[in-house]
Amino acid sequence: MATTLYEKLWQQHLVEEKAGETPLLYVDRHLIHEVTSPQAFANLKFHNRPIRHPERTIATMDHNISTRSIEIDAAGEGAANQLRTLEKNCKEFGIELFGMGHKNQGIVHVMGPELGLTLPGTIIVCGDSHTATHGAFGALAFGIGTSEVEHVFATQTLRQTKAKTMKIEVNGQVGEGISAKDIILAIIGKTGSAGATGYVVEYCGSAIEALTMEERMTVCNMSIEFGAKAGLIAPDQTTFDYLEGKEYAPKGDVWQQAIADWSTFKTDDGAQFDTVLTLKAEEIKAQITWGTTPGQVTSVDSVVPSPDDFTDAVEKDSCSAALAYMGLEAGTKITDISINKVFIGSCTNSRIEDLRAAASTVKRFTANGEKVSSNVDAIVVPGSYRVKEQAEAEGLSQIFIDAGFEWRLPGCSMCLGMNDDVLSEGDRCASTSNRNFEGRQGRGSRTHLVSPELAAASAIAGHFVDLNA
Amino acid sequence: MEKFTTHTGLVVPLDASNVDTDQIIPKQFLQKTERVGFGKHLFHDWRYLDVSGHQDNPEFILNAPQYQGASILLTRENFGCGSSREHAPWALEEYGFKVIIAPSFADIFYGNCINIGLLPIKLSDDEINELFAESDNSELNLTVDLINNQISGSSKTYNFSLDKFHQYCLEEGVDSVGWTLKKLEKIKAFEDKMPTWQ
Repeated sequence: MATTLYEKLWQQHLVEEKAGETPLLYVDRHLIHEVTSPQAFANLKFHNRPIRHPERTIATMDHNISTRSIEIDAAGEGAANQLRTLEKNCKEFGIELFGMGHKNQGIVHVMGPELGLTLPGTIIVCGDSHTATHGAFGALAFGIGTSEVEHVFATQTLRQTKAKTMKIEVNGQVGEGISAKDIILAIIGKTGSAGATGYVVEYCGSAIEALTMEERMTVCNMSIEFGAKAGLIAPDQTTFDYLEGKEYAPKGDVWQQAIADWSTFKTDDGAQFDTVLTLKAEEIKAQITWGTTPGQVTSVDSVVPSPDDFTDAVEKDSCSAALAYMGLEAGTKITDISINKVFIGSCTNSRIEDLRAAASTVKRFTANGEKVSSNVDAIVVPGSYRVKEQAEAEGLSQIFIDAGFEWRLPGCSMCLGMNDDVLSEGDRCASTSNRNFEGRQGRGSRTHLVSPELAAASAIAGHFVDLNA
Repeated sequence: MEKFTTHTGLVVPLDASNVDTDQIIPKQFLQKTERVGFGKHLFHDWRYLDVSGHQDNPEFILNAPQYQGASILLTRENFGCGSSREHAPWALEEYGFKVIIAPSFADIFYGNCINIGLLPIKLSDDEINELFAESDNSELNLTVDLINNQISGSSKTYNFSLDKFHQYCLEEGVDSVGWTLKKLEKIKAFEDKMPTWQ
């Protein structure tokens, strides 16, 4: 029978399926960080239970670390306590940790792929909802809660109910300057913020196949923002080329066997999905969110919508509430909206290609000596130490610094503002992150999700910019 | 985990859709290594007028005098979306909620609730609207009977369903890690057959 990629991943990991019990799946790789692991470790200790496979878990520090200093105490007492607790727990249980300033340290979803810890055909979990990022490699990857972190520690398995399947096909070629971020925001705009709840999504079509691994990660990263359990892209030559030679990727004969096996992880012709959504790449324009959910999104060449534009009562009310919170008036041209903060970073858009795209835009907009607008504070936060090093070697960091951006140390930073990178009440930010929820980047702050290119150009202009105008 | 069989309590209607876990428990309260201390920060930005959380916001429904002591949260679609933080259900539980009733929940949040014994119940949009109408106008106390999958106490009785294993775990207060640890032989057999690259 023709089956989907999701079904194949499911079968590959099914430890037990028994009547009356939720199926038990094997977990190949477990990524942890300081915020969602301490209570799981504590409960393990309380029950005096060992970790089944400490070598299958890798830890990093990312969520609440300072982006100004590698000192553990630099992000405050609460953060330092969590970071030290992670250090202690990793030591006690024999888990490899990439701590402050380690060459492999980075945002968990940047670090995993770039080290070759993320492999096709595997199940990867992490106590973080953006774990869907790793689906770009054809891995079934999803975020879990702390009780599940504990379950994986003790058993190397998880209980999962089977999801429905959704195929999202993007065909054709995107226009000049349209990024992976625009593709995924356009998809979320079509489905709405909960359009894929209960589904695992597979992205396919010629526009997806043409994406680099970094771009595929941006797409899969935001699967959770329309409710999907996970996002998948079938592994192909692009995937294998990216992984070959990576530190933790298989080598030699194992690599050859892996390639042969991984090549089978794709949806068979004729396999049935529960839902199919098709987009034409040519129709996707540069996107920007105007509201307080990622589904409240429009194209940068349009205007802020009005509650009257929506027929659904819930959407109408949500629009009114969002406009009030965002301090926006319906009908305002998007390019007339001024900003005072810019954040380039996060597990969505902090990889080397994102920084190259942003730096190239900065160069274009500062050709006559322009700088970041005097009304704007702009920061660039690379996703990992490897990305930072690469960006510095390529001279990207200097382009940012010369234009007036702050070049910071790696971390999750202002995406969720658990450290001191927070917005103040009323701040309006062009952000390359993934969530524009009320208060996400700071109480009363206003977030507009955009691509790295758009964030970079807006920093110079002081307002949103239509790069294709 | 405590066993859940039946619960009777006051309903508080939170009329908002797409309530995300950042809103349920903002990030500045996630810097704990213990599992307690989250209840007082539940819905912090909506619940308090000041950053430090000393001044109640009288406009917020949880602060209304008639809803004090509520243990059943009635809300709208896609409740618990966003971040996977289990701190969100911990905060709801510590505040005193035992049951959440909504037309739909985000997947990770739903699983987290089941894992800590906080009962998430899905009802249809129409049924949710009926309950909102009743709880908006007067004090509504409901009895949630998990054994028989029924909600009573309002003008009619509502039926709900739950995954069989989820129901069993809640009713029996199953330690899910302990349950799976009884399957170690199966897990070992699976590991023995895995390809090297996996």
